[in-house]
Amino acid sequence: MIALLTRDMRLAVRAGGGFGLGLAFFLIVVVLVPFGVGPQSALLSRIAPGMLWLGALLACLLSLDRIFALDHEDGSLDLLATSPLPMEGIVVVKAFAHWLTTGLPLVLAAPVLGVLLNLPGPGFGWLVLSLVLGTPALSVIGTFGAALTVGLKRGGLLLSLLVLPLYVPTLIFGAEVARRGAEGLAVTTPLALLAGITCGTIALLPFASAAVLKVNLR
Amino acid sequence: MNLNALWEYANPKKFIETTDRVLPFVAWSAALLLAAGLVWGFFFTPEDYRQGSTVKIIYLHVPAALMAINAWLMMLVTSLVWIVRRHHVSALAARAAAPVGMVMTLIALATGALWGQPMWGTWWAWDPRLTSFLILFLFYLGYIALWEAIENDDTAADLTSILCLVGSVFALLSRYAVNFWNQGLHQGASLSLDKEENVADVFWYPLLVTMAGFVLLFVALVLVRTRTEIRARRTRALEARERMQA
Repeated sequence: MIALLTRDMRLAVRAGGGFGLGLAFFLIVVVLVPFGVGPQSALLSRIAPGMLWLGALLACLLSLDRIFALDHEDGSLDLLATSPLPMEGIVVVKAFAHWLTTGLPLVLAAPVLGVLLNLPGPGFGWLVLSLVLGTPALSVIGTFGAALTVGLKRGGLLLSLLVLPLYVPTLIFGAEVARRGAEGLAVTTPLALLAGITCGTIALLPFASAAVLKVNLR
Repeated sequence: MNLNALWEYANPKKFIETTDRVLPFVAWSAALLLAAGLVWGFFFTPEDYRQGSTVKIIYLHVPAALMAINAWLMMLVTSLVWIVRRHHVSALAARAAAPVGMVMTLIALATGALWGQPMWGTWWAWDPRLTSFLILFLFYLGYIALWEAIENDDTAADLTSILCLVGSVFALLSRYAVNFWNQGLHQGASLSLDKEENVADVFWYPLLVTMAGFVLLFVALVLVRTRTEIRARRTRALEARERMQA
């Protein structure tokens, strides 16, 4: 499992695997926001938590089809499937690798981009915390979507269509934590619900992803 | 009654034969109930003292919303049956129900918007109920798109049924998440059986008729569409056999 993890990480970082791509996309989305809504700092700081969450979510979405597609093309996914590792384990490792190469950089970049959007001072900590808690769920749900569309020729658009509705609860609670944190309100409830969603998806969704992947490799 | 006898109807031939007999009754009673309920509701009920004649959109809105949710429930059940017992008719019924459910969702959203414009002063508000219906619509869209995208029938049936299971969980989660996210503008349930304050009987009886009509309409449409799917698949099999022999 660790070998698979390091392999995936190395591939993502070295071979133009979209490591920097998600980050660059996040940056561009955040830079475009003020052009869209105007540069008034009061307005920007009000919408900053939501915009940062939305940007992170879209950046995450961008790299989802790479989770399985490249491995499926060159046949290494079939090799993995015949390896002694259970399919659920493969899926978990893939999701974890995706989080490490996409989710974690986004989390680290978010406070920097928060400055651009004039995020209020108390919001930074809560923004990072909510992203740390929420992005693993995004990766795990995205892995499910990637597993669903792995055999398809042009699965990219379909993948977004399938995954985006599944992202709704995570986005709601994550953005709520960041917003309340930025406004100095109590964040315990959405924080607990966000953590619950993340734990639930990590615990249960790999089984669905593995089942789907097995069907697709049949 | 032996419950196992139920599975006989999963045989496509038996299914077609049975629905041949049942379908006319279902279709005609759906037509009759809908016509009766809508005429009764639109022309022979009093106008609400506050809402005026706009109240009458309830005869389309509520039954459509009811079926939008129950269509997904039916897809969930048939998907489970497909996963557990692998009856093809079950998977095809789920496939057949999806577009019907999606249209029901659209009807509920559209009639809601038509009513909301004079009553709330807006076509659309990010109210929890409205939002969760929009999300439900997106789920239908993704489900149908996945069916269309995959060429192999069995693979498509497997993948969509798992998507339906996962989607159901997330649809429920979203339903309660949006509650948390915004306060409601939509009125609460006024048709529950256990509450003191319900909709008045003059509105309630025709509504009951249209609701029954919508249920039967849904059943009839799903039956027709399932039969079409079965026959389309049979045609494809025949064509394939002919190509093999040629």
